[in-house]
Amino acid sequence: MTEEIIIAGFGGQGVLSMGKILAYSGIMQDQEVSWMPAYGPEMRGGTANVTVIISDERISSPTLTAYDTAIILNQQSMDKFEHSVKPGGVLLYDPNGIIHPPTRTDITIYKIEGAKLAAEMGNTKIFNMIVLGGYMKVKPIVKLENVIKGLKKSLPERYHKLIPLNEDAITMGMKNVIEN
Amino acid sequence: MGELRLMKGNEALAEAAIRAGVDGYFGYPITPQSEVIEYLMSEKPHERTGMVVLQAESEVASINMLYGGGGTGKKVMTSSSSPGISLMQEGLSYLAGAEIPCVVANVVRGGPGLGDIQPAQSDYFQSVKGGGHGDYRLFVIAPASVQEMSDFVPLAFDVAFKYRIPSLIVSDGLIGQMMEKVELFDPIPRLTDEEVIARYPWATNGKPKGKERRILTSLDLDPHKMERHNWALQEKYKLIEENETRFELIGCDDAEYIIVAYGSSSRIAQKSIQLARKKGIKVGLLRLITLWPFPKKPIEEFVKNGIKGFLTVEMSAGQMIEDVKLVVEGRAKVEHFGRYGGVIHSPEEVLEALEQKLIGG
Repeated sequence: MTEEIIIAGFGGQGVLSMGKILAYSGIMQDQEVSWMPAYGPEMRGGTANVTVIISDERISSPTLTAYDTAIILNQQSMDKFEHSVKPGGVLLYDPNGIIHPPTRTDITIYKIEGAKLAAEMGNTKIFNMIVLGGYMKVKPIVKLENVIKGLKKSLPERYHKLIPLNEDAITMGMKNVIEN
Repeated sequence: MGELRLMKGNEALAEAAIRAGVDGYFGYPITPQSEVIEYLMSEKPHERTGMVVLQAESEVASINMLYGGGGTGKKVMTSSSSPGISLMQEGLSYLAGAEIPCVVANVVRGGPGLGDIQPAQSDYFQSVKGGGHGDYRLFVIAPASVQEMSDFVPLAFDVAFKYRIPSLIVSDGLIGQMMEKVELFDPIPRLTDEEVIARYPWATNGKPKGKERRILTSLDLDPHKMERHNWALQEKYKLIEENETRFELIGCDDAEYIIVAYGSSSRIAQKSIQLARKKGIKVGLLRLITLWPFPKKPIEEFVKNGIKGFLTVEMSAGQMIEDVKLVVEGRAKVEHFGRYGGVIHSPEEVLEALEQKLIGG
Protein backbone atom coordinates (compact mmCIF):
# COMPACT_ATOMS: atom_id res chain seq x y z
CA MET A 1 0.00 0.00 0.00
CA THR A 2 1.23 3.46 -0.89
CA GLU A 3 -0.92 6.56 -0.38
CA GLU A 4 0.28 9.78 -1.96
CA ILE A 5 -1.49 12.86 -0.65
CA ILE A 6 -1.36 16.60 -1.28
CA ILE A 7 -2.88 18.90 1.32
CA ALA A 8 -3.23 22.50 0.15
CA GLY A 9 -4.78 25.67 1.46
CA PHE A 10 -3.97 28.99 3.13
CA GLY A 11 -1.23 29.47 5.69
CA GLY A 12 -2.82 29.31 9.14
CA GLN A 13 -5.39 26.66 8.24
CA GLY A 14 -3.24 23.98 9.78
CA VAL A 15 -2.27 22.39 6.48
CA LEU A 16 1.28 21.55 7.52
CA SER A 17 0.27 20.29 10.96
CA MET A 18 -2.49 18.11 9.52
CA GLY A 19 0.15 16.53 7.32
CA LYS A 20 2.46 16.11 10.26
CA ILE A 21 -0.22 14.34 12.35
CA LEU A 22 -0.99 12.09 9.39
CA ALA A 23 2.71 11.25 9.01
CA TYR A 24 3.10 10.59 12.74
CA SER A 25 0.07 8.28 12.62
CA GLY A 26 1.77 6.34 9.83
CA ILE A 27 4.85 5.88 12.00
CA MET A 28 2.63 4.68 14.86
CA GLN A 29 1.37 1.89 12.63
CA ASP A 30 4.90 0.90 11.51
CA GLN A 31 4.71 2.46 8.05
CA GLU A 32 7.18 4.54 6.10
CA VAL A 33 6.27 8.22 5.82
CA SER A 34 7.47 11.41 4.19
CA TRP A 35 6.28 15.00 4.65
CA MET A 36 7.50 17.58 2.17
CA PRO A 37 6.23 21.15 2.52
CA ALA A 38 6.42 23.92 0.00
CA TYR A 39 8.81 26.19 1.89
CA GLY A 40 9.69 28.62 -0.83
CA PRO A 41 8.29 31.91 -2.13
CA GLU A 42 4.77 30.47 -2.65
CA MET A 43 4.53 29.88 1.09
CA ARG A 44 5.50 33.49 1.73
CA GLY A 45 2.62 34.50 -0.52
CA GLY A 46 0.12 32.99 1.90
CA THR A 47 -0.61 29.59 0.41
CA ALA A 48 0.62 26.40 2.04
CA ASN A 49 0.86 22.88 0.77
CA VAL A 50 2.46 19.65 1.84
CA THR A 51 2.98 16.29 0.19
CA VAL A 52 2.51 13.37 2.56
CA ILE A 53 3.30 9.80 1.58
CA ILE A 54 2.40 6.79 3.71
CA SER A 55 3.63 3.43 2.51
CA ASP A 56 4.39 -0.14 3.50
CA GLU A 57 7.55 0.12 1.41
CA ARG A 58 10.56 2.40 1.22
CA ILE A 59 9.38 5.74 -0.19
CA SER A 60 10.93 6.88 -3.46
CA SER A 61 10.31 10.49 -4.49
CA PRO A 62 9.04 12.77 -1.71
CA THR A 63 7.86 15.27 -4.32
CA LEU A 64 5.23 14.30 -6.87
CA THR A 65 3.05 15.65 -9.66
CA ALA A 66 0.19 13.11 -9.35
CA TYR A 67 -1.60 12.14 -6.14
CA ASP A 68 -3.97 9.44 -4.91
CA THR A 69 -5.71 12.01 -2.74
CA ALA A 70 -5.91 15.80 -2.78
CA ILE A 71 -7.23 17.64 0.28
CA ILE A 72 -8.05 21.13 -0.96
CA LEU A 73 -8.92 24.05 1.27
CA ASN A 74 -8.97 27.13 -0.97
CA GLN A 75 -9.66 28.16 -4.54
CA GLN A 76 -6.02 28.72 -5.53
CA SER A 77 -5.23 25.18 -4.47
CA MET A 78 -8.26 23.85 -6.34
CA ASP A 79 -7.01 25.57 -9.49
CA LYS A 80 -3.54 24.15 -8.95
CA PHE A 81 -4.26 20.59 -7.83
CA GLU A 82 -7.66 19.40 -9.13
CA HIS A 83 -5.96 18.08 -12.24
CA SER A 84 -3.11 16.47 -10.27
CA VAL A 85 -5.34 13.76 -8.81
CA LYS A 86 -4.69 10.39 -10.45
CA PRO A 87 -7.68 8.98 -12.37
CA GLY A 88 -9.70 6.94 -9.89
CA GLY A 89 -8.29 9.02 -7.02
CA VAL A 90 -9.98 11.09 -4.35
CA LEU A 91 -10.49 14.83 -4.00
CA LEU A 92 -11.72 16.07 -0.63
CA TYR A 93 -12.52 19.76 -0.27
CA ASP A 94 -14.09 22.31 2.00
CA PRO A 95 -16.63 24.33 -0.04
CA ASN A 96 -15.99 27.42 2.11
CA GLY A 97 -14.51 30.02 -0.25
CA ILE A 98 -14.65 27.75 -3.28
CA ILE A 99 -16.08 29.66 -6.24
CA HIS A 100 -15.42 27.00 -8.87
CA PRO A 101 -16.18 23.55 -7.46
CA PRO A 102 -14.30 20.59 -8.95
CA THR A 103 -15.69 19.25 -12.20
CA ARG A 104 -13.75 16.06 -12.85
CA THR A 105 -15.77 12.90 -13.35
CA ASP A 106 -12.95 10.34 -13.32
CA ILE A 107 -12.25 10.78 -9.60
CA THR A 108 -14.38 10.57 -6.48
CA ILE A 109 -15.11 13.96 -4.96
CA TYR A 110 -16.03 14.45 -1.31
CA LYS A 111 -17.11 17.56 0.57
CA ILE A 112 -16.48 18.44 4.18
CA GLU A 113 -17.87 21.63 5.72
CA GLY A 114 -14.80 21.98 7.93
CA ALA A 115 -14.89 25.73 8.50
CA LYS A 116 -18.62 25.74 9.23
CA LEU A 117 -18.42 22.79 11.64
CA ALA A 118 -15.43 24.26 13.44
CA ALA A 119 -17.38 27.49 13.97
CA GLU A 120 -20.31 25.47 15.28
CA MET A 121 -18.00 23.67 17.68
CA GLY A 122 -16.79 27.07 18.82
CA ASN A 123 -13.12 26.62 17.93
CA THR A 124 -11.76 27.49 14.50
CA LYS A 125 -8.40 25.95 15.39
CA ILE A 126 -9.79 22.42 15.13
CA PHE A 127 -10.76 23.02 11.50
CA ASN A 128 -7.90 20.90 10.22
CA MET A 129 -8.79 17.99 12.52
CA ILE A 130 -12.36 17.98 11.19
CA VAL A 131 -10.99 17.79 7.65
CA LEU A 132 -8.59 15.05 8.79
CA GLY A 133 -11.59 13.12 10.16
CA GLY A 134 -13.30 13.44 6.79
CA TYR A 135 -10.19 12.08 5.10
CA MET A 136 -9.94 9.19 7.54
CA LYS A 137 -13.51 8.21 6.77
CA VAL A 138 -13.09 8.16 2.98
CA LYS A 139 -9.58 6.69 3.05
CA PRO A 140 -9.29 4.47 6.13
CA ILE A 141 -5.51 4.22 6.03
CA VAL A 142 -4.58 5.59 9.43
CA LYS A 143 -6.50 4.31 12.45
CA LEU A 144 -7.98 6.73 14.97
CA GLU A 145 -6.02 5.15 17.84
CA ASN A 146 -2.79 5.75 15.92
CA VAL A 147 -3.73 9.36 15.21
CA ILE A 148 -4.23 9.87 18.95
CA LYS A 149 -0.88 8.20 19.64
CA GLY A 150 0.65 10.45 16.98
CA LEU A 151 -0.86 13.53 18.60
CA LYS A 152 0.56 12.52 21.98
CA LYS A 153 3.96 12.12 20.41
CA SER A 154 3.96 15.33 18.39
CA LEU A 155 2.31 17.71 20.87
CA PRO A 156 4.20 19.07 23.88
CA GLU A 157 2.86 17.67 27.20
CA ARG A 158 1.16 20.98 28.09
CA TYR A 159 -1.20 20.58 25.12
CA HIS A 160 -2.20 16.97 25.87
CA LYS A 161 -5.37 18.24 27.55
CA LEU A 162 -6.53 19.31 24.07
CA ILE A 163 -6.37 15.77 22.67
CA PRO A 164 -10.01 14.89 23.55
CA LEU A 165 -11.16 18.05 21.70
CA ASN A 166 -9.13 16.98 18.68
CA GLU A 167 -10.65 13.52 18.87
CA ASP A 168 -14.15 15.05 18.91
CA ALA A 169 -13.23 17.11 15.85
CA ILE A 170 -12.04 14.02 13.99
CA THR A 171 -15.28 12.21 14.85
CA MET A 172 -17.27 15.24 13.68
CA GLY A 173 -15.41 15.14 10.38
CA MET A 174 -15.96 11.42 9.97
CA LYS A 175 -19.71 11.85 10.47
CA ASN A 176 -20.13 14.82 8.15
CA VAL A 177 -18.09 14.04 5.08
CA ILE A 178 -20.33 13.57 2.04
CA GLU A 179 -19.83 12.41 -1.52
CA ASN A 180 -20.37 15.23 -3.99
CA MET B 1 15.69 -0.42 18.24
CA GLY B 2 16.49 3.23 18.81
CA GLU B 3 13.95 5.97 19.44
CA LEU B 4 11.67 6.72 16.46
CA ARG B 5 10.85 10.32 15.62
CA LEU B 6 9.33 12.33 12.79
CA MET B 7 11.92 14.97 12.01
CA LYS B 8 13.07 17.40 9.36
CA GLY B 9 16.38 16.52 7.76
CA ASN B 10 17.96 19.61 9.31
CA GLU B 11 16.67 18.69 12.76
CA ALA B 12 17.92 15.11 12.39
CA LEU B 13 21.37 16.45 11.48
CA ALA B 14 21.36 18.67 14.56
CA GLU B 15 20.17 15.93 16.91
CA ALA B 16 22.80 13.61 15.42
CA ALA B 17 25.49 16.18 16.19
CA ILE B 18 24.54 16.10 19.87
CA ARG B 19 24.37 12.31 19.90
CA ALA B 20 27.65 11.92 18.00
CA GLY B 21 29.47 13.52 20.92
CA VAL B 22 30.31 16.77 19.12
CA ASP B 23 32.22 19.22 21.33
CA GLY B 24 31.42 22.37 19.40
CA TYR B 25 29.05 23.56 16.70
CA PHE B 26 29.72 26.96 15.15
CA GLY B 27 27.25 28.30 12.62
CA TYR B 28 25.48 31.20 11.02
CA PRO B 29 21.84 31.01 9.90
CA ILE B 30 20.83 30.73 6.25
CA THR B 31 17.74 29.25 4.57
CA PRO B 32 17.13 26.35 3.92
CA GLN B 33 19.45 25.21 6.69
CA SER B 34 18.58 27.45 9.65
CA GLU B 35 16.72 24.67 11.52
CA VAL B 36 20.11 23.17 12.36
CA ILE B 37 21.22 26.01 14.60
CA GLU B 38 17.63 26.70 15.75
CA TYR B 39 17.25 23.09 16.92
CA LEU B 40 20.65 23.11 18.60
CA MET B 41 19.91 26.37 20.42
CA SER B 42 16.50 25.15 21.66
CA GLU B 43 17.82 21.74 22.72
CA LYS B 44 20.49 23.36 24.96
CA PRO B 45 23.02 20.59 24.33
CA HIS B 46 25.41 22.11 26.90
CA GLU B 47 22.94 20.76 29.47
CA ARG B 48 22.78 17.34 27.82
CA THR B 49 26.41 16.66 26.91
CA GLY B 50 28.38 19.83 27.55
CA MET B 51 28.46 20.57 23.81
CA VAL B 52 29.07 24.21 22.86
CA VAL B 53 26.74 25.82 20.31
CA LEU B 54 27.77 29.23 19.11
CA GLN B 55 26.29 31.56 16.55
CA ALA B 56 29.36 33.01 14.94
CA GLU B 57 29.48 36.49 13.41
CA SER B 58 29.84 35.04 9.91
CA GLU B 59 30.52 31.87 7.94
CA VAL B 60 34.16 32.87 7.66
CA ALA B 61 34.36 32.98 11.44
CA SER B 62 32.55 29.62 11.76
CA ILE B 63 34.99 27.75 9.53
CA ASN B 64 38.00 29.25 11.29
CA MET B 65 36.51 28.30 14.65
CA LEU B 66 36.55 24.76 13.28
CA TYR B 67 40.24 25.22 12.49
CA GLY B 68 40.93 26.27 16.07
CA GLY B 69 38.65 23.76 17.79
CA GLY B 70 39.49 20.87 15.48
CA GLY B 71 43.18 21.61 15.92
CA THR B 72 42.90 20.74 19.60
CA GLY B 73 41.48 17.31 18.72
CA LYS B 74 37.90 18.25 19.56
CA LYS B 75 34.92 17.15 17.47
CA VAL B 76 33.75 20.29 15.70
CA MET B 77 31.07 20.95 13.16
CA THR B 78 29.38 23.67 11.14
CA SER B 79 26.63 23.81 8.57
CA SER B 80 25.40 26.31 6.03
CA SER B 81 23.87 26.58 2.59
CA SER B 82 25.53 27.30 -0.74
CA PRO B 83 26.47 31.02 -0.47
CA GLY B 84 27.69 30.45 3.09
CA ILE B 85 29.69 27.39 2.03
CA SER B 86 31.34 29.51 -0.67
CA LEU B 87 32.55 31.86 2.05
CA MET B 88 34.10 28.88 3.85
CA GLN B 89 36.23 27.66 0.94
CA GLU B 90 39.45 29.34 2.04
CA GLY B 91 39.06 27.82 5.49
CA LEU B 92 38.36 24.38 4.06
CA SER B 93 41.56 24.50 2.02
CA TYR B 94 43.52 25.42 5.17
CA LEU B 95 41.80 22.66 7.18
CA ALA B 96 42.62 20.12 4.45
CA GLY B 97 46.20 21.39 4.25
CA ALA B 98 46.75 21.23 8.00
CA GLU B 99 44.90 17.88 8.12
CA ILE B 100 42.39 18.94 10.74
CA PRO B 101 39.32 16.70 11.11
CA CYS B 102 35.91 18.37 11.15
CA VAL B 103 32.45 18.03 9.66
CA VAL B 104 30.78 20.63 7.44
CA ALA B 105 27.21 20.22 6.17
CA ASN B 106 25.93 21.99 3.06
CA VAL B 107 22.16 22.13 2.57
CA VAL B 108 22.42 23.20 -1.05
CA ARG B 109 20.16 25.86 -2.60
CA GLY B 110 19.81 27.30 -6.06
CA GLY B 111 22.66 29.41 -7.40
CA PRO B 112 24.86 30.98 -8.63
CA GLY B 113 25.37 33.97 -6.39
CA LEU B 114 22.71 34.49 -3.77
CA GLY B 115 20.41 32.37 -5.98
CA ASP B 116 17.25 31.33 -4.20
CA ILE B 117 16.20 29.19 -1.25
CA GLN B 118 14.91 26.16 -3.17
CA PRO B 119 16.72 22.81 -3.47
CA ALA B 120 19.57 22.37 -5.95
CA GLN B 121 22.58 20.14 -6.53
CA SER B 122 24.72 22.64 -8.34
CA ASP B 123 27.50 22.67 -5.72
CA TYR B 124 28.90 19.33 -6.92
CA PHE B 125 32.00 20.81 -8.55
CA GLN B 126 32.68 22.94 -5.48
CA SER B 127 32.26 19.92 -3.19
CA VAL B 128 34.40 17.36 -5.00
CA LYS B 129 36.84 19.37 -7.09
CA GLY B 130 37.82 21.78 -4.36
CA GLY B 131 36.16 25.16 -4.10
CA GLY B 132 39.30 26.31 -2.35
CA HIS B 133 42.84 26.38 -3.70
CA GLY B 134 45.47 23.68 -3.84
CA ASP B 135 45.56 19.92 -4.38
CA TYR B 136 43.16 18.80 -1.71
CA ARG B 137 40.15 16.60 -1.24
CA LEU B 138 37.28 16.43 1.19
CA PHE B 139 35.43 13.28 2.15
CA VAL B 140 32.07 14.10 0.56
CA ILE B 141 28.97 12.13 1.47
CA ALA B 142 25.41 12.69 0.21
CA PRO B 143 22.43 11.64 2.34
CA ALA B 144 19.23 10.76 0.46
CA SER B 145 16.88 10.56 3.42
CA VAL B 146 16.28 12.11 6.81
CA GLN B 147 17.56 8.85 8.34
CA GLU B 148 20.86 9.35 6.56
CA MET B 149 21.03 13.00 7.68
CA SER B 150 21.31 11.44 11.13
CA ASP B 151 23.41 8.35 10.34
CA PHE B 152 26.01 10.16 8.23
CA VAL B 153 27.06 12.55 11.02
CA PRO B 154 28.91 9.93 13.12
CA LEU B 155 30.17 8.32 9.90
CA ALA B 156 31.54 11.65 8.64
CA PHE B 157 33.34 12.13 11.96
CA ASP B 158 34.77 8.59 11.92
CA VAL B 159 36.30 9.14 8.49
CA ALA B 160 37.43 12.67 9.39
CA PHE B 161 39.36 11.48 12.43
CA LYS B 162 40.62 8.22 10.88
CA TYR B 163 42.30 10.08 8.00
CA ARG B 164 42.56 13.61 9.42
CA ILE B 165 40.44 15.08 6.63
CA PRO B 166 37.50 17.50 6.66
CA SER B 167 34.22 15.72 5.85
CA LEU B 168 31.48 17.44 3.87
CA ILE B 169 27.87 16.29 4.10
CA VAL B 170 26.07 17.46 0.95
CA SER B 171 22.29 17.51 1.09
CA ASP B 172 19.85 20.09 -0.25
CA GLY B 173 16.72 22.03 0.61
CA LEU B 174 14.54 19.03 -0.11
CA ILE B 175 16.29 16.63 2.28
CA GLY B 176 16.76 19.43 4.81
CA GLN B 177 13.12 20.57 4.87
CA MET B 178 11.25 17.31 4.55
CA MET B 179 10.20 15.15 7.46
CA GLU B 180 10.60 11.42 7.60
CA LYS B 181 10.79 8.69 10.18
CA VAL B 182 14.18 8.59 11.88
CA GLU B 183 15.55 5.94 14.16
CA LEU B 184 17.96 7.85 16.38
CA PHE B 185 21.24 6.18 17.30
CA ASP B 186 22.33 5.80 20.91
CA PRO B 187 24.40 8.74 22.12
CA ILE B 188 28.17 8.47 21.80
CA PRO B 189 29.80 10.12 24.85
CA ARG B 190 32.05 13.12 24.25
CA LEU B 191 35.72 12.37 24.78
CA THR B 192 37.36 13.65 27.93
CA ASP B 193 40.45 15.88 27.60
CA GLU B 194 42.60 12.92 28.71
CA GLU B 195 41.09 10.69 26.03
CA VAL B 196 41.69 13.33 23.36
CA ILE B 197 45.36 13.65 24.42
CA ALA B 198 45.82 9.89 24.42
CA ARG B 199 44.04 9.33 21.10
CA TYR B 200 45.28 12.19 18.93
CA PRO B 201 49.03 12.69 19.24
CA TRP B 202 48.88 15.38 16.52
CA ALA B 203 46.44 17.62 18.39
CA THR B 204 47.66 21.00 19.65
CA ASN B 205 46.34 20.86 23.16
CA GLY B 206 49.44 21.89 25.11
CA LYS B 207 53.10 20.89 24.88
CA PRO B 208 53.82 17.88 27.08
CA LYS B 209 57.14 18.12 29.00
CA GLY B 210 60.06 16.62 27.16
CA LYS B 211 58.19 16.25 23.89
CA GLU B 212 58.43 18.13 20.60
CA ARG B 213 56.30 21.18 20.02
CA ARG B 214 53.28 20.29 17.90
CA ILE B 215 52.49 22.57 15.00
CA LEU B 216 49.42 22.45 12.78
CA THR B 217 49.88 24.56 9.70
CA SER B 218 49.29 24.51 5.99
CA LEU B 219 52.30 26.78 5.38
CA ASP B 220 55.80 25.63 4.48
CA LEU B 221 57.96 27.99 2.46
CA ASP B 222 60.38 25.21 1.50
CA PRO B 223 58.89 23.90 -1.77
CA HIS B 224 60.51 20.49 -1.39
CA LYS B 225 59.03 20.03 2.04
CA MET B 226 55.70 21.25 0.68
CA GLU B 227 55.91 18.76 -2.16
CA ARG B 228 56.58 15.94 0.33
CA HIS B 229 53.57 17.11 2.34
CA ASN B 230 51.49 17.00 -0.85
CA TRP B 231 52.75 13.50 -1.65
CA ALA B 232 51.64 12.37 1.80
CA LEU B 233 48.24 13.94 1.23
CA GLN B 234 47.91 12.17 -2.12
CA GLU B 235 48.85 8.83 -0.53
CA LYS B 236 46.16 9.41 2.06
CA TYR B 237 43.59 10.25 -0.60
CA LYS B 238 44.46 7.04 -2.45
CA LEU B 239 43.82 5.09 0.75
CA ILE B 240 40.46 6.80 1.22
CA GLU B 241 39.51 5.97 -2.38
CA GLU B 242 40.32 2.31 -1.67
CA ASN B 243 38.53 2.07 1.66
CA GLU B 244 35.74 4.63 1.88
CA THR B 245 33.89 4.59 -1.46
CA ARG B 246 30.21 3.95 -0.93
CA PHE B 247 27.27 3.45 -3.30
CA GLU B 248 23.99 1.59 -3.61
CA LEU B 249 22.57 -0.38 -6.54
CA ILE B 250 18.78 -0.53 -6.93
CA GLY B 251 17.17 -2.79 -9.54
CA CYS B 252 20.34 -3.11 -11.61
CA ASP B 253 20.47 -6.92 -12.08
CA ASP B 254 18.68 -7.02 -15.43
CA ALA B 255 19.14 -3.34 -16.30
CA GLU B 256 19.96 -2.24 -19.84
CA TYR B 257 20.16 1.42 -18.81
CA ILE B 258 21.46 3.00 -15.62
CA ILE B 259 20.43 6.23 -13.96
CA VAL B 260 23.26 7.70 -11.90
CA ALA B 261 22.08 10.05 -9.16
CA TYR B 262 22.67 11.05 -5.56
CA GLY B 263 20.73 12.71 -2.74
CA SER B 264 17.21 13.89 -3.52
CA SER B 265 17.60 13.21 -7.27
CA SER B 266 18.21 9.56 -6.43
CA ARG B 267 14.87 9.52 -4.58
CA ILE B 268 13.05 11.10 -7.52
CA ALA B 269 14.81 8.72 -9.92
CA GLN B 270 13.54 5.72 -7.97
CA LYS B 271 10.00 6.80 -8.77
CA SER B 272 10.96 7.31 -12.43
CA ILE B 273 12.36 3.79 -12.49
CA GLN B 274 9.09 2.39 -11.10
CA LEU B 275 7.23 4.22 -13.88
CA ALA B 276 9.73 3.01 -16.50
CA ARG B 277 9.51 -0.59 -15.37
CA LYS B 278 5.72 -0.45 -15.81
CA LYS B 279 6.41 0.44 -19.45
CA GLY B 280 8.84 -2.45 -19.78
CA ILE B 281 12.01 -0.35 -19.79
CA LYS B 282 14.80 -2.16 -17.96
CA VAL B 283 16.50 0.58 -16.00
CA GLY B 284 18.32 0.52 -12.67
CA LEU B 285 19.76 3.10 -10.31
CA LEU B 286 23.35 3.62 -9.26
CA ARG B 287 23.01 5.83 -6.23
CA LEU B 288 26.22 7.57 -5.23
CA ILE B 289 26.60 7.75 -1.46
CA THR B 290 30.11 9.19 -1.48
CA LEU B 291 30.68 11.89 -4.09
CA TRP B 292 34.37 11.86 -3.27
CA PRO B 293 35.71 9.25 -3.36
CA PHE B 294 33.71 8.79 -6.55
CA PRO B 295 32.32 5.26 -7.05
CA LYS B 296 34.20 4.34 -10.24
CA LYS B 297 34.03 0.56 -9.89
CA PRO B 298 30.30 0.01 -10.42
CA ILE B 299 30.37 2.22 -13.53
CA GLU B 300 33.36 0.29 -14.89
CA GLU B 301 31.45 -2.98 -14.24
CA PHE B 302 28.37 -1.73 -16.08
CA VAL B 303 30.47 -0.70 -19.08
CA LYS B 304 32.25 -4.07 -19.14
CA ASN B 305 28.92 -5.86 -19.02
CA GLY B 306 27.72 -3.96 -22.07
CA ILE B 307 25.28 -1.49 -20.57
CA LYS B 308 23.43 0.48 -23.27
CA GLY B 309 23.78 3.85 -21.61
CA PHE B 310 23.84 6.07 -18.54
CA LEU B 311 21.59 8.98 -17.63
CA THR B 312 22.95 11.20 -14.89
CA VAL B 313 20.19 12.98 -13.01
CA GLU B 314 21.25 15.96 -10.95
CA MET B 315 19.58 19.28 -10.09
CA SER B 316 22.31 21.11 -11.99
CA ALA B 317 23.25 21.96 -15.56
CA GLY B 318 25.38 18.79 -15.61
CA GLN B 319 28.29 18.53 -13.19
CA MET B 320 28.47 14.95 -11.89
CA ILE B 321 28.19 13.73 -15.50
CA GLU B 322 31.84 14.72 -16.02
CA ASP B 323 33.01 12.16 -13.44
CA VAL B 324 30.83 9.47 -15.01
CA LYS B 325 32.30 10.27 -18.43
CA LEU B 326 35.84 10.04 -17.04
CA VAL B 327 35.14 6.42 -16.11
CA VAL B 328 33.15 5.52 -19.21
CA GLU B 329 35.79 6.99 -21.57
CA GLY B 330 33.46 7.00 -24.56
CA ARG B 331 32.60 3.29 -24.31
CA ALA B 332 28.89 3.92 -23.68
CA LYS B 333 26.40 6.69 -24.14
CA VAL B 334 26.23 9.15 -21.23
CA GLU B 335 23.51 11.82 -21.09
CA HIS B 336 22.46 14.31 -18.44
CA PHE B 337 19.08 15.50 -17.29
CA GLY B 338 18.22 17.95 -14.56
CA ARG B 339 16.16 20.99 -13.68
CA TYR B 340 18.09 23.63 -11.76
CA GLY B 341 18.19 27.05 -10.21
CA GLY B 342 15.86 25.74 -7.50
CA VAL B 343 13.41 23.80 -9.68
CA ILE B 344 12.95 20.15 -8.73
CA HIS B 345 12.50 17.73 -11.63
CA SER B 346 9.47 15.49 -11.50
CA PRO B 347 9.71 11.69 -11.79
CA GLU B 348 7.83 11.97 -15.11
CA GLU B 349 10.34 14.46 -16.54
CA VAL B 350 13.20 12.12 -15.68
CA LEU B 351 11.41 9.23 -17.41
CA GLU B 352 10.83 11.39 -20.49
CA ALA B 353 14.53 12.31 -20.58
CA LEU B 354 15.45 8.64 -20.29
CA GLU B 355 13.21 7.77 -23.23
CA GLN B 356 14.20 10.69 -25.43
CA LYS B 357 17.90 11.17 -24.69
CA LEU B 358 18.99 7.60 -24.11
CA ILE B 359 16.57 5.10 -25.61
CA GLY B 360 15.19 7.06 -28.54
CA GLY B 361 18.25 9.23 -29.16
